[in-house]
Amino acid sequence: MKKRMIAAAMSAALISGLFAGCSASSSASTSTGSSDATEGSSSATQSGEGSVFYLNFKPEQDAQWQELAELYTEETGVPVIVKTAASGQYETTLKADMAKTDAPTLFQVNGPVGLAAWKDYCYDLSGSELLNQLTSDDFLLMNGDEVAGVGYVIETYGIIYNKALLEQAGYTAEDIKSFDDLKKVAEDITARKDELGFAAFTSAGMDGSSDWRFKTHLANMPIYYEYQADGIETTDAIKGTYLDNYRQIWDLYINNSTCEPGLLSTKTGDDAVAEFVTEQAVFYQNGTWAYADVAELGDENLGILPIYIGVDGEDKQGLCTGTENYWCVNKNASEEDIQATLDFMNWCVTSETGTKAMCGGEGAMPSGNPGMSFVIPFKGNLESTNPLVNQANEYIAQGYTPVSWNFSTMPSEEWKNGVGSALTTYAADQTDENWAAVVTAFVDGWATEAAAAKG
Amino acid sequence: MQKSIRRYFPVFVLPTLLAFTIGFIIPFGMGLWLSFCEFTTVTDAKFVGFKNYIRAFQDTVFLHSFWYTALFAVVSLVFINLLAFLLALALTQKMRGTNIFRTVFFMPNLIGGIVLGYIWQLIFNGILAPYGKALNLNEWYGFVGLVILVAWQQVGYMMIIYIAGLQSIPGDLHEAASIDGANGLEKLFKITLPMMMPSITICTFLSITNGFKLFDQNLSLTAGEPSKMSEMMALNIYQTFFGRTGWEGVGQAKAVLFFILVVGIGLIQLRITRSKEVQQ
Repeated sequence: MKKRMIAAAMSAALISGLFAGCSASSSASTSTGSSDATEGSSSATQSGEGSVFYLNFKPEQDAQWQELAELYTEETGVPVIVKTAASGQYETTLKADMAKTDAPTLFQVNGPVGLAAWKDYCYDLSGSELLNQLTSDDFLLMNGDEVAGVGYVIETYGIIYNKALLEQAGYTAEDIKSFDDLKKVAEDITARKDELGFAAFTSAGMDGSSDWRFKTHLANMPIYYEYQADGIETTDAIKGTYLDNYRQIWDLYINNSTCEPGLLSTKTGDDAVAEFVTEQAVFYQNGTWAYADVAELGDENLGILPIYIGVDGEDKQGLCTGTENYWCVNKNASEEDIQATLDFMNWCVTSETGTKAMCGGEGAMPSGNPGMSFVIPFKGNLESTNPLVNQANEYIAQGYTPVSWNFSTMPSEEWKNGVGSALTTYAADQTDENWAAVVTAFVDGWATEAAAAKG
Repeated sequence: MQKSIRRYFPVFVLPTLLAFTIGFIIPFGMGLWLSFCEFTTVTDAKFVGFKNYIRAFQDTVFLHSFWYTALFAVVSLVFINLLAFLLALALTQKMRGTNIFRTVFFMPNLIGGIVLGYIWQLIFNGILAPYGKALNLNEWYGFVGLVILVAWQQVGYMMIIYIAGLQSIPGDLHEAASIDGANGLEKLFKITLPMMMPSITICTFLSITNGFKLFDQNLSLTAGEPSKMSEMMALNIYQTFFGRTGWEGVGQAKAVLFFILVVGIGLIQLRITRSKEVQQ
């Protein structure tokens, strides 16, 4: 009898351990959001209302989204969980999370190529309140007749520069109107590097946290000009007409930087930011979203230049403006969840709290933290306090042609990685053979990947 | 006693069986099925037959990763086991502080692979930086780096197994051999090694399968750079599955091939070393 008791007790302990394990893991997965949201979600399932699970693409805005989610839950009682994928891990995270029972109800794709993978999961947004708020149909992502996604932020990138340092080197932004000007200034700064105490460019790091600036954003330039020249918007076979220009600008970046070209493979995005804010370099290629990182230099010190690559007629070229952030709603979510998600999206772009958080700068969040400094393509858009955004608007006002974001037509992540690796190898050893490898990755890789995507 | 075991065996077996089913058997079955499917997420799959396997074999990067991994497994196997055996021999001698040394050599094994990878990446790049080189610029730098890293991590673990093996050899065998006039080397090769075969079986099995399955160290140390040339099989499978849209099924097919390969090699290795084991 005694033995039997012990056996029963032991097995009870074992089984309870098993269940404890289960419950612990399930609570861990929901607590990726805020703790309030976790509590909210259990109450919501009881009352039968929907809930929102947003898989956010932008790590730099994670804190703001978490706060916004909490505010929304406080205001409406609808639980919102925000989970942010690590830099460069969005597709991986999305793929894993979409297979779960509690799949994200709101997720992002980066444009037509991203949509191709996820089109079967996109809820048709046509007729939703959100679309009435949109200022232009250019920001719709169409899947046939269906509205699969809505761009929710307009961003701009170029070469951010430190005005004070540029002046110290004896130049102003007025002196830089073409690639040749940029090259002259950069090489002059490099020649006087020791005397000036700073370099021209921040390290063009090819670590995963930074390489997208070059394999994606910089690579947009030759693609843009090729599309312009051929009068097309997308292609299955890129010709690489402007790859020599791509090489020129890449050479300029890597040979006038804070570090030896051979070390670029290990440099991270944080390194580049650190070099820029500690005034070790004048130029830093990045976009309006990076404002929060570099704000400590002071608004009056920050400027942004177009990325010149030495193409004819580039004196009228502006900054690169577009979006690769489209909101999509998960079709497979329950009806209540879809409705809750649509309401949440709408609230974000119409309510005072929401628009302030998305568009505002310093102190825009109720907690006193800075807002997301977005420009949103919705009627509720507020005037930006982000000096980079304002300068981008000035460029457009002055008649410069903005460069569109064609990198959303790049055939796959695989293609970007191939180009990135080739660029890294070339940076370490700048021979013609290594550049030929970049061209191969760019041109042949494009054809291969475009074919593979069509399956 | 017998009777109550028979009566209560489900109570003891079921929890583990349940966990094993959920954690292994079901995913394994799903994995097999998915390798014949095309899908975006694992819950909605469409059967396509052997297409994924054909695409896997056409992938030159996968074939490269196979040779690279095989070479790595062999080199690390030799390296780890030699070092571990020598350390075990040294630390079973009569000298002071053997316990401290054993602990110290075992400790790297307690650190996770990802962390180790990043730490060693800093160390290697710190050493290479003055020469204007970096670890992820050359696949063989990555290879050597990985061998050093994995040896550093696993030598201590294998050493403990070898020490246990060494201590289980009866002292009278060595004594008898000494009386018969055997010298140190003869004793090592004629007595110690044959008596150690069970430990060697375990250690070689562990290190060769670990070598093939290596993932986190590879991911954090080189991430496959340059251009996937230092990408080993497990990482290649992961990248195919998660990194490429439309290739999920191919990744799964590669995983099945990988499973067959590792099981096959493991069994062959076990048979070879088992046949050399002697009865005490």
